[in-house]
Amino acid sequence: MTQIKRFFINKLFIVISTLTALLGLVFLGWILWTLFVKGFEALSLTVFTTDLVNGGLRNLLWGQFVLSVLATVLAVPIGLLAGIYLQEYGNHSRYAEFIRELSDVMMSAPSIVVGTFVYAILVVPVGHTNGWAGIVALAILMLPIVVRTTDDMLSLIPRELREAGVALGVPKYRIITDIIIRAAKVGIVTGLLLAFARVMGETAPLLYTSGTSEYWTTNLGETFPSLTVAIYNLATMPDEALSKLAWAGALLLTLFVLILNITGRYLIRDKR
Amino acid sequence: MEKIFARISQVSATTVLLLLLATVAVLYWSAKPALEAFGAHFLIDPRWGVEVPVDGEGNEVKQTLNASGQADGVRRVDAGVDEISMDDEEVPLEDEMNGETISMDEGEELILGMDEDELETREVYGGLVPILGTLFSTTLAMLVAVPIAMGIAVFLSELAPQWLGKPVGVAIELLAAIPSIIYGMWGLFFFGPFIASIFGGSSVSLLVAGLVLAIMIIPFMAALSRDAINITPDVLKESAYAVGATKFEVIKDIVFPYAKAGILGSMIISLGRALGETMAVAFVIGGIFSLPEKLTDPTVSIPVVLANNFAESSGLSLSALYYLAFVLFLVSFLVIFAAKHYFLRRVKL
Repeated sequence: MTQIKRFFINKLFIVISTLTALLGLVFLGWILWTLFVKGFEALSLTVFTTDLVNGGLRNLLWGQFVLSVLATVLAVPIGLLAGIYLQEYGNHSRYAEFIRELSDVMMSAPSIVVGTFVYAILVVPVGHTNGWAGIVALAILMLPIVVRTTDDMLSLIPRELREAGVALGVPKYRIITDIIIRAAKVGIVTGLLLAFARVMGETAPLLYTSGTSEYWTTNLGETFPSLTVAIYNLATMPDEALSKLAWAGALLLTLFVLILNITGRYLIRDKR
Repeated sequence: MEKIFARISQVSATTVLLLLLATVAVLYWSAKPALEAFGAHFLIDPRWGVEVPVDGEGNEVKQTLNASGQADGVRRVDAGVDEISMDDEEVPLEDEMNGETISMDEGEELILGMDEDELETREVYGGLVPILGTLFSTTLAMLVAVPIAMGIAVFLSELAPQWLGKPVGVAIELLAAIPSIIYGMWGLFFFGPFIASIFGGSSVSLLVAGLVLAIMIIPFMAALSRDAINITPDVLKESAYAVGATKFEVIKDIVFPYAKAGILGSMIISLGRALGETMAVAFVIGGIFSLPEKLTDPTVSIPVVLANNFAESSGLSLSALYYLAFVLFLVSFLVIFAAKHYFLRRVKL
């Protein structure tokens, strides 16, 4: 009797677990399906060749790309060096542990709060939204991810490599730049790709730091076009053409983020 | 050269600390006018941007008002603090809410009563509506997401055959990387109307916001939990199977206890994500400053208030927004910090 009950519970559990998994996957599939259907419907060549004023996304794609790339340029050196410090110099000191902890906490800070912070220090003094503020906001979001990645990847490097360097009498910074970083290169690059993908899709910190613009611009001192912010504004417009444009933008953004993620995975797999 | 390199890297590490300190300082400094004007009462005041008449002989009447407000407030401030600690169930929160609606009525009566000798006005801001909106939508999201994410995690790591588990697992991880704005758009155009057609009400509501939030954090939580479950040693599971345990018993008695810390950690990190999420919620919560009476009413959450009202605000209203941002920052800071200390430390053992 209890035997039957046990097997029954087991079967029930398996069925329920499979069903919840299925339910979750159905919703996630639904999202992708609508995104692809609506997005491809709206996609055309003019989307890439004209600016938002003329019904295209060119300036927005450009703007988002520039913001993300410059944020990366700003965040990566600092994050990389901080990660190196945590792992190579301050490994077990209290201070390093403290910074490590803070960096992890910062990684989960609400992105909109980062936006408010940057607004106070970079937008209020200037008086209007500008590209630099957007870059700084994205860089602040990216920094802890870079620190964490570098820290993790360097911790995987075997101790013997470091010792081999020391035995040769190489100065420590040369060991780090020539041996350790080289060995951890693939992992770090992958981490950076993923971090780049993450800031690429951010909207909240850009809402009132970079703002968004309808025109093509290369002047970072001015309000700068941002794809994600524009999607947010366009999606709720009553004009059919504009909300279609938002779907096209959403699709391009998702595709780009997914491609970056898949590339990152591929790099890691190759190594293993 | 060696010294320079070491020094630079240390300075870089310190940047993290400085940035966090600067964030706290700037938020606090910007929120200061509101902090001084409203104090802790802000957390339980449901009015936002309401002009409250102040008597010409001004201060005295205002002070008695404040004093009664304080007396009223002191009793509830503790409750307000409890709210933030996120552990409350829905029932006490609902009580809280009813209490607040009553006090709001009282407030309006006070205003009406004073209308006659009105000379000046003063704007009053309170954060109760967005705070409750954040709490409700996050609670709802967690209630929905946890069972489904656990189902997916168990399915992927224990039930599904290799050929199915692997690609689905990768798909889940990729979904976790999709920008949250996509979830918001989908919620607005497809999921909201779908929910409204089932439960009635508007297609932007607390319910839709909570569910969209749940769907957004499911892949994230499932992927992390699966990783935690996967580290259970096969030897443990095999020995349980060998003494005749069923799959359910193995998962309940071997896998979950072993992976408990990791699973709880994944939940709390997802909770932190849900708390601060802006874009997925901004589309579907409605953005209206009103206390929701039912789940299908539109309301507003802290990040959404920040997203919608920030650019147009100045002076005291901007400061009140910073107050909200400060609260949000502290809460998510505490949640993550607690998660790290409780669970991740145990993972290491």
